[in-house]
Amino acid sequence: MPESAKTVREISFHVTRYNPENDRAPYIKTYTVPVHEGMTVLDGLHYIKENLDPSLAWRYSCRMGVCGSCGMLLNGHPTLACNTQILHIANADLTVAPLPNFEIIRDLVPDLAIMFDKHRSLKPYVVRTDEAEINDPAGEFYQSPEDLEAYLQYTYCIKCACCMAACPTLATDARYLGPMPLAAAQRYNEDTRDDGRRERNRQTGRAYGAFRCHYAGECSRACPKGVDPAKAIQHLKRRLVLDYLHLSRRKKPCAKLHGPGQGKPLPNIPAAPAKTA
Amino acid sequence: MAELERHDNRLGIWGWLGGGRWGVERYAYILHRLTGLGILLYFLMHIVVTSLRARGIYLWVEGGFFHRPIFKLGEFLVFAAFAYHALNGVRLVLVELGFAVGRPIDPVYPYKTSLNVQRPLLIAMMILAAIFLAAGGYEFLGLAK
Repeated sequence: MPESAKTVREISFHVTRYNPENDRAPYIKTYTVPVHEGMTVLDGLHYIKENLDPSLAWRYSCRMGVCGSCGMLLNGHPTLACNTQILHIANADLTVAPLPNFEIIRDLVPDLAIMFDKHRSLKPYVVRTDEAEINDPAGEFYQSPEDLEAYLQYTYCIKCACCMAACPTLATDARYLGPMPLAAAQRYNEDTRDDGRRERNRQTGRAYGAFRCHYAGECSRACPKGVDPAKAIQHLKRRLVLDYLHLSRRKKPCAKLHGPGQGKPLPNIPAAPAKTA
Repeated sequence: MAELERHDNRLGIWGWLGGGRWGVERYAYILHRLTGLGILLYFLMHIVVTSLRARGIYLWVEGGFFHRPIFKLGEFLVFAAFAYHALNGVRLVLVELGFAVGRPIDPVYPYKTSLNVQRPLLIAMMILAAIFLAAGGYEFLGLAK
């Protein structure tokens, strides 16, 4: 804690503790933390570790809401500990628990491997099948700003798992793919460089895929980056229905440019002057 | 190294019914599931009751078992569950086909989500459900007499 910071209030942190070597089940331990203006929950956990209990375990890295490591359940709401100021959510008590719907490895550390397995199963990368593209990796893909806008929002996902913890369907159905992997699938489906939508449909269109979502909307409410996974999943369902009914237009993935002047010029932009040399 | 035991932290039914700061869509989701299960239960009971006719038991005739006032209320609850489930179902069909959720946008804090975009549809459906419930209550609970 910086020396200049003045303690505003003392807050009781009710932290879930679990050590698989000693404990049969998680239990709650309370720590009193002096809190100053601007102090985040992550700062509070550091205070506990440095001054009260060095055995407390949690996961974190960047401290600025970018890496997605410190997702936790704060006062019953899944969010990032580094992005949440204590005085904004607590008057006297603050409950800190690991993200639900995942196994607990220790204390506040959930095991996110199952989420990443589901994510990987949906091929979250650009898939190309054309021979020419694979054999000639030189050049850049042409993609217009409008093409980019169709999926840009979903690229901001930091895989913090807050949406997975908030989802009520995932609470009862462990096989459901969940908001994060499905939003990632939609992100690549809408990418004009990609040609893997029909491959992904085999997974996303199954019983535990996109149609398991019934729009409780908690994923979008919980997302600390504004990704809106619920919207991505509804657009994914629409695409699945159109594909199933053979109503969607089969578009070729975008081609590459191998030099200047091959792209589609924007309207109202004058032509470049003639070359002088 | 031996694998350490992990604690399963899946919420189960409590994930539907408890915890978190909920929005109105979450309540609509819970009510949709509960009314769906209620209607299913009613259909099963309905099959049992009507099948009793094969044994010569007529529970629904004038002065019979099902003419008690409590069953009038039960009938109204089935109607209410049906009205809500049907109208919320129409909203879900529209939303799940990608209507009324909006296009992807650039996320700028404070974030606006598709929940904000579809909310007028939710409100309209709930007003319709309330009108259906009022009309049903007038009829089923004997106020029309």
